[in-house]
Amino acid sequence: MKNFLMALVPAGLLVASLAVAAEPVKIGMVTTLSTKAGYLGEEIRDGFKLAIDQEKGTLGGIPVELIVEDDEAKPEKGKQLADRLVKKDGVKIMTGIVFSNVAMAVVPKVVREDVIFLSANAAPSQLAGKGCNPNYFSVSYQNDNPDEVVGQYVTEASHKNVYLLAPNYPAGKDHLAGFKRYYKGEIAAEVYTKLDQSDYAAEIAAIRAAKPEAVFFFLPGGMGINFLKQYAQAGLIGSIPLYGPAFSFDERILKAVGPAALGVKNGSHWAHDLDNPANRQFVEAYRKAYGRTPTLYASQGYDTARLLGSALKAVNGDLGKLDELKAALKKADFESTRGSFAFGRNQHPIHDMYIREVIKTPAGEYTNKTIKKVFSNHVDAFAGECAM
Amino acid sequence: MLLAIEQILNGLQLGITLFLMSAGLTLVFGIMQVINLAHGSFYMIGAFVGATVTARSGSFLLGVLAALVAAAGTGMIVEVIVLRRLYRREHLDQVLATFGLILFFNELTRIIWGRQPLMMDVPAWLGGSIELLPGLPYPVYRLAVIVVGIAVALGLWLLFARTRLGMQIRAGASNREMTAALGVNIRLIYTLVFGLGTLLAGLAGVMAGPILAVESGMGESILILTFVVIVIGGIGSVRGAVVGALLVGMVDTLGRAFLPILFRLFFSSASADSIAASVASMAIYILMAAILVWRPRGLFPAHSS
Repeated sequence: MKNFLMALVPAGLLVASLAVAAEPVKIGMVTTLSTKAGYLGEEIRDGFKLAIDQEKGTLGGIPVELIVEDDEAKPEKGKQLADRLVKKDGVKIMTGIVFSNVAMAVVPKVVREDVIFLSANAAPSQLAGKGCNPNYFSVSYQNDNPDEVVGQYVTEASHKNVYLLAPNYPAGKDHLAGFKRYYKGEIAAEVYTKLDQSDYAAEIAAIRAAKPEAVFFFLPGGMGINFLKQYAQAGLIGSIPLYGPAFSFDERILKAVGPAALGVKNGSHWAHDLDNPANRQFVEAYRKAYGRTPTLYASQGYDTARLLGSALKAVNGDLGKLDELKAALKKADFESTRGSFAFGRNQHPIHDMYIREVIKTPAGEYTNKTIKKVFSNHVDAFAGECAM
Repeated sequence: MLLAIEQILNGLQLGITLFLMSAGLTLVFGIMQVINLAHGSFYMIGAFVGATVTARSGSFLLGVLAALVAAAGTGMIVEVIVLRRLYRREHLDQVLATFGLILFFNELTRIIWGRQPLMMDVPAWLGGSIELLPGLPYPVYRLAVIVVGIAVALGLWLLFARTRLGMQIRAGASNREMTAALGVNIRLIYTLVFGLGTLLAGLAGVMAGPILAVESGMGESILILTFVVIVIGGIGSVRGAVVGALLVGMVDTLGRAFLPILFRLFFSSASADSIAASVASMAIYILMAAILVWRPRGLFPAHSS
């Protein structure tokens, strides 16, 4: 017993001395690393880590410790992890969530406990409008942004009727609503498919029969790959142009879809060929660190880390100054990979929106090329409902 | 009219893919009395190996061959290592063990191939569409799937009805001890049957490769439909699997194709679309419930005793 106590004393001293020597700021990242969608979380994490590694373990000169947890794309799992991070690890800053349903289970709860949440992807309308919160910032976008830009572009391209396709769940309806907000023409049909459907032959035959001037679809992950392959095999890719938000056209999906996506135009707030110094530097560093071209998710992770760095620097790493920290975050005083970046009054980005086209590089790879800036300083549709 | 014909072909094609999956599953259950949840994993192995070998060698046929060898080989190894311990156990133990295999194989594909879906395209000689009737183009690849499926159904029938091995398999299914006493190596037969089942799953997987996303966990989405098929057809009956698969393929495809048109006659177009989407996704389960009320053991129950 005595020996045990003797051993405890130096151990206790050691812990105490560590606490004095500038405890690193803990950042809790809850993201999706397993399941089919696991690569999304991987991209966010790798983008975030790149920013920390570039600053040798610090953000804005403040030492940080990144705790990464896998939510398996399940809301209840995300909630458990968030609870543990806040209560046990004493985390004051959180980020990382990929899916909106997980975000809805986690964000409203943690922001009430004065934890700052910086979204690196999911940004459901509920959190942008009436449910906006001073402790919640979306660094990525508002979910509808990538659809709105396509709606505007399709209107400008004067397609007179468009066929809409999305899975039958809340996000599917939201994304089509985003498109319809800016699309002024006629809607040939609005079709909702089963979530996780793999065969789209029936829908494609119906599209061929309806002869619309264009098709807009939101089918994330494997569903999009299935649809694109089958659409191309049905010989429609050249005759009825396809449009969609960026989610089905990130650089990793394009590797699996290949020629089936060639020429498809998609809406995004970022592309790896955006010409600004921050982006050129980021894309090159990411390729060097991980051996692949970053996706939009990686750019969001990187931007989130850089934004946090700018705010930590402003308060000198003192998380006790919560209000100063929030004020510094809101200034968005960092160089975004998107070029122009500011927060609106609901603390969602005001940024430019682009249309990209899938092309084949001379080296035989499939990638996105930015073809047009459609919106400058685009504000999301829900900012007006936010009472902040 | 042309649209209706095209949709029927689509239903036939989906039905045949489902048949290849469910034939293996129902065989294993009918003969070995084992519920194998990991059947979808062999479908996934077929697709991954097929995609990799096709990409490396440039030959689709070589890819198919490798997929069949890999799926059947893995199946037989799994039978020897895992399933032999489970024959005498309850179905719940079998379900738990084979569910464990799903997790194992999903993680294994992630370790070997990474999280990124693989690229697999239709080979050039099966690409494009042909005009079946004037104004009715249909992808050649999907026609090829239909032909292969019909050939497999005929092959299975010949195997069971006309060969000595088929006779031994049927004997083993009705009385394992008696068959063994007559000098038939029943353990070997079980291994072969399981290998045949996983071979068919691998074939379904590699043929789905050019149409679907080749990704870890792809087996689970088709597994549920496969179970619906064998429950409708009667668990353990290959003939039931043929009929069940075609029924499910047709009802699912035609439901998705024509329910929206039907509902638009009665409702405004926006609500018709969303009602139709919900009803279409329930259609096969309604079909299953209706058939089970009418025939609680499925359409062609394997063991009528």
